Amino acid sequence: MAENKSLKLSFDVIGGDFERAGEASAKIKKMLKMIGVPADIVRRIAIGTYEAEMNAIIHAGGGNVAAEAFSDATVITVSDQGPGIPDIEKALQEGYSTAPDHVRQMGFGAGMGLPNMVKCSDEFDIKSVVGEGTTITMRFEHISEDL
Amino acid sequence: MAPAEYFHSVRLLRDKCQGCVSCVKACPTEAIRVRNGKAEILADRCVDCGACASICPYHAFSIKTATLDGLEKYAYNIVLPAPSMYSQFPEQVPMEDIWQGLHNLGFDEIFDVSLASEYIAKEIETYVKNYTGGRKPLISSTCPSVLRLIQVKFPELIKQVVPVLAPAEAAAIYVRQKAEAKLGLASEKIGVWFISPCPSKETNIRQSVDVRQTALSGSFSLAEIYGKLLRCLGGDNTLNVVTGSSYGMGWGAYGGEISSAGLENALAVHGVDNVYEVLEQISMNKMPTLDYVECNMCERGCIGGCLTAENKFVAESNLRRRINILRSQEPVERELTMASSMTLEDFPRSAAYLKKLVARPMMHLDENIMEAMKKFERMEEVLYSLPGLNCGACGAPSCQGLAEDIVQGKAHEIDCIFKLRGSVHKLAQGMIELAKQIPISHEPQSLNAVEEDER
Repeated sequence: MAENKSLKLSFDVIGGDFERAGEASAKIKKMLKMIGVPADIVRRIAIGTYEAEMNAIIHAGGGNVAAEAFSDATVITVSDQGPGIPDIEKALQEGYSTAPDHVRQMGFGAGMGLPNMVKCSDEFDIKSVVGEGTTITMRFEHISEDL
Repeated sequence: MAPAEYFHSVRLLRDKCQGCVSCVKACPTEAIRVRNGKAEILADRCVDCGACASICPYHAFSIKTATLDGLEKYAYNIVLPAPSMYSQFPEQVPMEDIWQGLHNLGFDEIFDVSLASEYIAKEIETYVKNYTGGRKPLISSTCPSVLRLIQVKFPELIKQVVPVLAPAEAAAIYVRQKAEAKLGLASEKIGVWFISPCPSKETNIRQSVDVRQTALSGSFSLAEIYGKLLRCLGGDNTLNVVTGSSYGMGWGAYGGEISSAGLENALAVHGVDNVYEVLEQISMNKMPTLDYVECNMCERGCIGGCLTAENKFVAESNLRRRINILRSQEPVERELTMASSMTLEDFPRSAAYLKKLVARPMMHLDENIMEAMKKFERMEEVLYSLPGLNCGACGAPSCQGLAEDIVQGKAHEIDCIFKLRGSVHKLAQGMIELAKQIPISHEPQSLNAVEEDER
């Protein structure tokens, strides 16, 4: 596959910073729109990235949100040095959440984060080590379902 | 990219434009640039919201609307006043006087748009209740500028737009059909006119985004009609006009749509910037549990349109007082109230008249993704070299906008006055350096000689 050229964007996000939460995803979304990735794909990428960004902000004390766009696909990598996920299987179940009450009260932590990321992306990978951190990789093919 | 020709009712009066960048900064789709001292509207980006016309201190934007002599082309003329029209008058002015005034201006029949709003509200209510599976929230479709903003900037949200007609359009379809049947006139002999608080409606009549074929003949500027009405309000008051309830009347200001549709898990968003922000958030799925978002491009709703005569806060107060008076005479339950006003037979259903909303994306830098990626990289480099003050002096809305224009070959780096200043400084220094190296070929001999002599 001719994937020689790519564009990269990378943002550090700060734990607990709900004011700026979503900025990284919004900038990635804007870049993808500007290079002409189909709108429905951009949307899936934005939704998946936003979920992952929020997870890093809520659970992991911050982390890094990175996007690499190729002509035919975009890869999003969200990594953190947070507490890690003890039971990934469980975390992938819809409705399962470890978010503290004050975060849930803000409307986050409904236990849909990881399941949504799986749903949105064409390939999903999660690596997590307790005490070391979590890295999520999502790949999105630029194949539009819309006309 | 070869965009289709777009009709715009918002136009620039070049000789009035002073080249300030107020409009450039106010435009939600970054559709205006100042070049060679005058504003330019980029036709493929403009959504005819009128934000530029509202803010321009030199009144350099004109809005193309119909004029009353247009009535002469038709054998029978019907006018559709909306709640925004009534909001221009204090509640002491009875609606009957306003209707009679419209009649005095030459309209044969008057149909109140607030009644049509209630039929549309019912359609919205049903659609929202039966909506399953798709992404939420659903988005209202009654402001044509919001629809155009979605086409241009948020095409990914098209599927969430509720497929219903704007009340004025539904009203026009209804009255046209009725008049044809009642008078035995051909459709082209009947003029159906809207009195519009904004340019957006006129554009939608000329080039509709949502209706297959409009039933409206044109729209008048509310402010213009208001001025004429002041001189001829009232009279016999013998007209028979059916009206909506307080719920239909509510559509003139923000919140009216969701309250008449009985939606509680819903937002009413108004004002260009707010609408933009909320659509951006919906696009990122930040509000997945919300049912509905009512969007009005103008602040406070239609009463805040740039073709209104009255201050929007006064207009809102006028309208809310009219609503309160109506409500004091109505049953408490919304359902009962609306059922008692919605008594028209065969009011049109939206589905038969709508067409699919199509994307009009304007964001991408190039048709070819590889080229676009290269341009994006260059744009980032250019942006990094710009001062980041977003002053607008270059004529673009922001440094980002200028960077984009530069990579698209539509602007130059020295359009940035700071870049220009830097260049001039560098040039000047170069000249000084150069000057030092130039041997002075001939001194002004005689003067030197005199000076030498004097010593």
